[in-house]
Amino acid sequence: MANWVRISSRSIGNHIRKRMNQGFIGSAVDINKSSGSSSALHGGRTVCDRNRRYLNSLPWNRATLFWFQRFKSTVAEKQQDSFLSSDTDDDQLSLDFPGGKVSYTSDMNFISESSQTRVPCYRVLDDDGELIKDTDFQQVSKEAAVKMYSKMVNLQIMDTIFYEAQRQGRISFYLTSAGEEAINIASAAALTEQDIILPQYREPGVLLWRGFTLQEFADQCFGNKADYGKGRQMPIHYGSKKHNFFTISSPIATQLPQAAGIAYSLKMDNKKACVVSYIGDGGTSEGDFHAGLNFAAVMEAPVIFFCRNNGWAISTNVWEQFRSDGIVVKGRAYGIRSIRVDGNDALAVYTAVSAAREMAVNEQRPILIEALTYRVGHHSTSDDSTKYRQSDEIVYWKNARNPVNRFRNWVQSNGWWSDQQETQLRSSVRKQLLEAIQVAEKTEKPPLSEMFTDVYDYPPPNLEEQEKHLRETISRHPADYPSDIPV
Amino acid sequence: MFRVKYVFLQFVCLLQEKKEREREMALRNIMGKRVGIGLMGSRALSTATCDVESGSAKSINLYSAINQALHVALETDPRAFVFGEDVSFGGVFRCTTGLADRFGKARVFNTPLCEQGIVGFGIGLAAMGNRAIAEIQFADYIYPAFDQIVNEAAKFRYRSGNQFNCGGLTIRAPYGAVGHGGHYHSQSPEAFFCHVPGIKVVIPRSPRQAKGLLLSCIRDPNPVVFFEPKWLYRLAVEEVPEHDYMLPLSEAEVIRQGSDITLVGWGAQLSIMEQACIEAEKDGISCELIDLKTLIPWDKETVEASVRKTGRVLISHEAPVTGGFGAEISASIVECCFLRLEAPVARVCGLDTPFPLVFEPFYMPTKNKILDAIKATVNY
Repeated sequence: MANWVRISSRSIGNHIRKRMNQGFIGSAVDINKSSGSSSALHGGRTVCDRNRRYLNSLPWNRATLFWFQRFKSTVAEKQQDSFLSSDTDDDQLSLDFPGGKVSYTSDMNFISESSQTRVPCYRVLDDDGELIKDTDFQQVSKEAAVKMYSKMVNLQIMDTIFYEAQRQGRISFYLTSAGEEAINIASAAALTEQDIILPQYREPGVLLWRGFTLQEFADQCFGNKADYGKGRQMPIHYGSKKHNFFTISSPIATQLPQAAGIAYSLKMDNKKACVVSYIGDGGTSEGDFHAGLNFAAVMEAPVIFFCRNNGWAISTNVWEQFRSDGIVVKGRAYGIRSIRVDGNDALAVYTAVSAAREMAVNEQRPILIEALTYRVGHHSTSDDSTKYRQSDEIVYWKNARNPVNRFRNWVQSNGWWSDQQETQLRSSVRKQLLEAIQVAEKTEKPPLSEMFTDVYDYPPPNLEEQEKHLRETISRHPADYPSDIPV
Repeated sequence: MFRVKYVFLQFVCLLQEKKEREREMALRNIMGKRVGIGLMGSRALSTATCDVESGSAKSINLYSAINQALHVALETDPRAFVFGEDVSFGGVFRCTTGLADRFGKARVFNTPLCEQGIVGFGIGLAAMGNRAIAEIQFADYIYPAFDQIVNEAAKFRYRSGNQFNCGGLTIRAPYGAVGHGGHYHSQSPEAFFCHVPGIKVVIPRSPRQAKGLLLSCIRDPNPVVFFEPKWLYRLAVEEVPEHDYMLPLSEAEVIRQGSDITLVGWGAQLSIMEQACIEAEKDGISCELIDLKTLIPWDKETVEASVRKTGRVLISHEAPVTGGFGAEISASIVECCFLRLEAPVARVCGLDTPFPLVFEPFYMPTKNKILDAIKATVNY
C-alpha cells in the first residue's frame, strides 16, 4: 500500500498556504529582477494575513470585522510600505503613487510574457490510480469514496444513454461531460449543501451528487410538466433551487459576475458558505470572466472560480484561445489566489476544492482553480469533433487517461470496491435511466398557459391579450400546433 | 341543465371574487407594512401603491428627489444596496449623496469600472433576495451590460420555471440631451430595452414623479431599468412629499386634458410638449397630454381611451425616430383605433443620426416642430 498521509482540511489549507509562500504553488513565475528592485513577490502571505491577525485580536464581532475589512485596501498600503521598506535599504529607492509604494529601478526590464516553466499541476494519483509517494491530500472515507465513484459511474452512463436518446430523436439536444467526471463529482463532494453553484453547462455531476434524480434529469431533457423549468429551455439547462444549483443559461461566462454578487450576499448574511462557479477554457476569454474575477476580488467575495480547461471550445483549441500559461496565471492579475490541478484526478480535485472552500469562507476571498482535463466527447450532439481533431487523440484520453478508471483503481486497491459491484452498479443505473426516459417520454408536456407565466411576476395586459388571441388561432388551426401540449 | 349552468357561473364568480379579495388583502398587508417598517423582505406587488398623501413637502430638484428615494429605500429595507461607479462620494450627479455615510460602505459602495460587472453583480445580489440598486453612470454606457440585462436579468425567472428570480434589481441611468453632451452623454436608449420581455422600463418626468416611481421600481418584483432625464436633475424643481410614497407602474397619466389631439411622451420631452400644447391652445387647439411613465409594459388602455376621444395622436421622443418607441405606440394605436383616427399618427422625434454636438438644436424635437405637427395633424 502506498504511503499516504492523513491530513485534516484545516491543516491542508495551511499547508498549501505555506508551500505557496515558499514558492511552490503560484510563484514559479520568473521575473526579470534588477538589482535595485525589492523582491515583492516572495510569498502571498503578506498584508492580508497580517491584517487578519491584527483584526482578530480586536474585540469586534464578525459584522464589524467585515466593516474593517472593507477598509483593508488603505491599511494594506501602509502595511505594504513597512513590508517593502524592510527589504529596501534606502528610502530614496521607493516611489509613492496611488495604489501604494513601489520601488524603482534604473534598469529597463520587461517582465517576460511567460515564465521559464509552466505552473505545475497538483496531483495525488498517478495515471494508474496509485497514490504518488509523499503527496499531501485530503483523506476520503470509504463511504465517501464509494459514493464518489458511484456517482462518477452514474454520470458516465447517464451521458451515454441520453446521448443515444438524442441520436434516436427522442430528445432534441444533449451534451456530455465525458472525461470530466472527476471534476464534476469530486468538486461537488468537497462542498456543503449550503454552497451555491453557478454552473456553465458541463457540470451535471454536481447536481447528481446533490441528489437530483435521474428522473428529474430526464424530465428536463424531455421538457415535460415535471420539468422545474416548465419546458422553456433546451435539454441540459437544469436548475434546482432545493439543491442550490442556479439554472443554466447558454450564454458563456455570464454566471461569473453573478457569482460575485451572490457571494457578496452570503458575506453580508455572515453565512458559512461560498459560491462555486464553473467555466471552461473558452469562457475565460469572455469579458464577463474579467468582470467576475475583478469584482470578486474587490468585493472580497467568497467565490471559487473553477475553470475546466479541457483543451477545446467547440473546435477552438487553447492555442487559439489565449497565449498565457493557461488560466491559473490570470488569477494573480486580479489579486486572486490560484491553483492548477489535475482535473482527471478525483483526489486532487477534492483536496484542492476543500482547501479553496476553507480559504474562501474563512478569509472571505475568491479563489481560482484551473483543472486541466480533456473533453472526450464532442462539444454536443450538434458537433462531430473528428472534423477538427484526431480520432486517436480522443481514444487516448478516453482510455489511457480516463478519470473514472483511475479513481476506480484507487478505490479498489483500498478494498472498497469490486468487479461484481461494478457490474451491479452499471446495470442498475442503466435500468433506472431507461425507465426514467420512458416515464419522461410519456409524461404530459406543460400546459400552454405556462408559456405566458413567469415573464413577469404577474402577466401584464399585453400578454393576456396575446394568449387570448393565440387560443382563438389554435381553435381555428389546430393542425398547426403540436398535439402533446395541453391547450 | 340551466340550473347546473347557473350554479357553475355562481361558482366561477365566487372564485373570481375570492381571487380579487386575496389580492386586495395582499395589497392591504403590504400597505400596512409599508408604514414604519416598510417592505422589509416582502416583495411588493407591482400594483401596490398609495396616493401621494398630503403631508409636508419641500421644493427640491430631480437629483434630490432621487436621493430621497434612495435614502427611503435603504432605510426601509436593510437588504437594499446601492452600487456603481463613483456612487460612494455622492455620484457624478449627486444622486447618491449621503448614502454611504448613513448606511455604511458595505451597503453603498463603488464598483470597478465595468458595466457588465455592475449588472451581473446586481443580478446575483438580487437573486439572493436583496434589493440591488445599480447605477450606470450614463445611459450611453449601458451597452456592455446589454447581454446581462437581456439574456440574464430578463429571463432569470422564466427560464428557471420561477425557482429563481432577480426581481430586486433596479438599474438607474441618466439619459437624454443636456445641451452639450454630444454622442456619448445624451443618448436615449430606451427603445432597445422596450423590446425585451421580462424587464420593465420606467422614465419619470419630474422630481415628485421620480421619487414615487423609483421607489415603486425598487420594490417591484421584476428587474427594472429606470432612466432619469439628466437635463432635469437641477432644472426641474417641484414640491416633493418628504415621506415614503410610491406611484404605480404601467399606469399612464393624463397630465393635461384636451379634446382635439392626444400627445404621448415621457421624461424631459413632456415639458417641451406641454409648451407646444399651451401655444396650440392659443390657436384654439385643445391638446390632451399623456405621460406614459412606464414604457414596458405600457398602459395601452389609457392612450387608447384618449385617442378614441380626440381621434388624433402625436408621439414625441428624443431618441431617433426610426425604430424608436414611438413606432410601437403608433402601430398599436393604428391597430386598435384605425377607424377612429382622423389623421395619420404623427411622430416628432430625434433624427436618425448619432447625437450631434453643435447640431443638437437641429436634431432635437423642439416645441415648434411639435406645434407644426399638431397643426398639420389637426388640419389633415
